[in-house]
Amino acid sequence: MGGTDTILQVTDLSKTFKLSAKQQRLENTSEKLRRAVDRLSFTVRKSEIYGLLGPNGAGKTTTLRMLATLIRPDSGDALVDGYSVVHEPQQVRSRIGFLTSELKLEEFFTPSYLFDFFARLHNVDPALAAAHKQRLFERFGIGEFSEVKVASLSTGMKQKASLAISIVHDPAIIIFDEPTNGLDVLTARVVTDYLAELRDAGKTIVLSTHIFSLAERLCDSVGIIVGGQMSVSGTLDEVRAGKDLEDRFFDLYQQQAGEAA
Amino acid sequence: MNDKLNRDAAQGAGQPQGASRARGASNGLVAIMAKEFRRFFTDRRMVITTLLLPGLMIYATYSVMGSAMQTMFSVSEDYEYQVAAVNLPASIKPLTEQAGLDFVEIDPASTEQIAQIKQRLSEKDYDLLAVFPADFDARLQSTLGGDAPPSTTPDIELYYNSTHTQSATAHSLALGLLDSYKNALLPLFSVNANSDVAYDLVTKEDEAGFMLSMLLPMFMMIVLFSGAIGVAPESIAGEKERGTIATILVTPLKRWQLALGKVVSLSCIALLGGASSFIGLMASLPRMLGASGAPAGDGPGVLLYSTTDYLMLLLVIISTLLLFIGLISLLSAFARSVKEAGTLVSPLMILVMVIGALGIFSQSAQENLLFYMIPIYNSVQCMVGIFSFTYDTAAIALTLLTNLVLSGVCVVVLTKMFNSERIVFSR
Repeated sequence: MGGTDTILQVTDLSKTFKLSAKQQRLENTSEKLRRAVDRLSFTVRKSEIYGLLGPNGAGKTTTLRMLATLIRPDSGDALVDGYSVVHEPQQVRSRIGFLTSELKLEEFFTPSYLFDFFARLHNVDPALAAAHKQRLFERFGIGEFSEVKVASLSTGMKQKASLAISIVHDPAIIIFDEPTNGLDVLTARVVTDYLAELRDAGKTIVLSTHIFSLAERLCDSVGIIVGGQMSVSGTLDEVRAGKDLEDRFFDLYQQQAGEAA
Repeated sequence: MNDKLNRDAAQGAGQPQGASRARGASNGLVAIMAKEFRRFFTDRRMVITTLLLPGLMIYATYSVMGSAMQTMFSVSEDYEYQVAAVNLPASIKPLTEQAGLDFVEIDPASTEQIAQIKQRLSEKDYDLLAVFPADFDARLQSTLGGDAPPSTTPDIELYYNSTHTQSATAHSLALGLLDSYKNALLPLFSVNANSDVAYDLVTKEDEAGFMLSMLLPMFMMIVLFSGAIGVAPESIAGEKERGTIATILVTPLKRWQLALGKVVSLSCIALLGGASSFIGLMASLPRMLGASGAPAGDGPGVLLYSTTDYLMLLLVIISTLLLFIGLISLLSAFARSVKEAGTLVSPLMILVMVIGALGIFSQSAQENLLFYMIPIYNSVQCMVGIFSFTYDTAAIALTLLTNLVLSGVCVVVLTKMFNSERIVFSR
C-alpha cells in the first residue's frame, strides 16, 4: 500500500449525516441516517491529477471536505503528505489548497488585499508572498482588477481570484471541488490549463467532477464513486478498461444498482 | 516517518519554518483583527451609521426632548397670567402685583361670566379664578379678634387646572401670596423666612449626580448593546451566510485566534460607537438637566466627575462590551443568517433593557458584593455607583473580573463552535 510516491492515502473513510424530518419526507424514506461516504479508500500519487467521478449526491463533496479538514470523518482516516486529517488537521491545512464554489471571498475586499490576508493566515513570508502574488495575478490576468472589490468582479474573474488565493502558500496538494462549475468555456479552459500546469510543476491535484469528458482530458487517475462507495480506482486507462469513460461508468452504476436491488 | 522528516527539512529550506511558526501564533490573530478593522473603517456607510449617527441622533433627540420638557414644565418669565378674581378684597389687592398676578375683577353678580371662565379653565385657555367671600375683610377682622365662631372663617376658592402648566404655576403663586399674607397677620412662627439663605444644602454635584445615576445606566446599557448588535451579527452570521468563514477555516489559522480576534476587534469598534453616543449624550445633557430642574447652564455634567471616575466607567464599559460582543457572537455563530441572528438577539436586548431600567430605581449602588457576580446587573449597578459617587472599588473589580471571565468563556465556546461542522455548515 502506498509506495514512496504516494502523497494522499485514504483508508476506509466514512461519514454519516443525520437526516432531518423534512429531508426524510422529501426523500420518502424512514432512514434517520444517511451514509454519505461509505468506507472509501484510494491513493493518489505525487504529481498527478486525480479525479473523483460520480453523479450528484455520490459523496464527492463530502469526501473532499473531509480531506480539507472542514468536517471530521466518523471512521477511517486520510494521510495528506503523511499527516492525518483526523489527528493533525493543522498540519494538513498548511499543506493543502482547497477550492470550491461554496467557499467565497469577502466581497467587500479587493483580490490584492485578500491575497495578502490569506498569505498572513498561512504564515507566508511577506516578500515571498508579494512575488507570488505578482506571478499569479499576471498568470490569470487579475492585475488590472487587483484593486477592484470582489463584489464588482465577473464570475470568471472571481473564480480566478479564488484560485490564486487558494494557492497563496504554494501548497503541495490542491483539492478542487467541481473546478469548472458555473464557469464559461473560456474561464473553464484557463482553470483546467492551469491545473495541468501545476501538475507539470510537481503539484498534486485532487478534483471532483461529474463531467466525464473533463476527467478524460485532464486526469491521470480517476476513482468512480457511486452511493458513497468507491466502485473502481486507478489510472485512467485501468479504469476505462478499453471503453469510453462514460460507458464504463454506466456499467458500474448498473452493476451496483443491481447488487443493491 | 523518514519521509515526513525529509519533507519538513525540504520545506524548511524554502521558508524559515521555525521562525515563522513562532511569529505565526500572533500573526493570525493580528491578521484577523486588522481585517475586521479594515472592513469597518474603509466602509464609509458603516462608519457613518455606527460612529457618527448614534451620537448625532442622541444629541438631537435629547436636545429636542430637553427643550420640549422645559417649555412643558416651566413658564417663561414674561408670561402674563390670565387670572380673574371675584370680590377681590382691598387688603389683598396691593399684594397681587408683587406676586406677578394681575387679576381681572369680575362682578359677583355675573354668574354667566364666572361659568365661562371655569369652562375656559377646563379647556386650558385660562389660568386661575379666585373667588373671595363678599365680606372677606370684615370676617377676617372678626376671626382675628377671636369673637367669631370657626364656621364663619372666610374661605377662598381657587379654581385652576393642574394639567395646564401656566394654570398650575398661577395656582401656586396665588397660594404663596395668600399664605404669606396669612403669616403676616398671625405670625405664630415662620419657616425659612430669610430669602437670602439657601436652605437646601444639596450640592450641585449631588443634584446632577442623582439625575445622571437615574438616567445614564439604562441609557449606556442600551447604547452599548445596540453598538454590539451593529457589528457582531454582520461579522459572524454574515460571514457564515456568505460562505467566507469556511474559506478562513481551511487555513492553518487556529480557531481560537479567529474567535478571539473577532471578539476583540468587534468590541473595539462597538466601543467607538458607544463613545459617539456618550459624547452626544453629554453634549445634550445641559438641556436635559435644565428641563428636569437640576442645575442648568453650568456646562455639561462631564465636569462633575474626576478622572478616576471616568477611568472606572471606561473599564466597566469595556468589560461590558466584551461580554455583549461575546454573547451576541455566540448567538450569531449559532444563527444561519444575519436576519436570524437579529431574531435570536432580541430577547437578550429586552433583558438588558429591563435590567438597565432597574437602575432607575436604585438610589445608590448595590452594597452586597455578591450581586456584582451577576452579569449585566453588575454593570448597571457599577454605573449607578459611579454616577452617584457611591461606588465601591471592590465591587467594580469584581464586576470586571466576572465580565472578563464570562467573555473568556464566550471565546472558548465560540472556538468550539468554529470547530463544529454542524455550526459552520448549518443550512
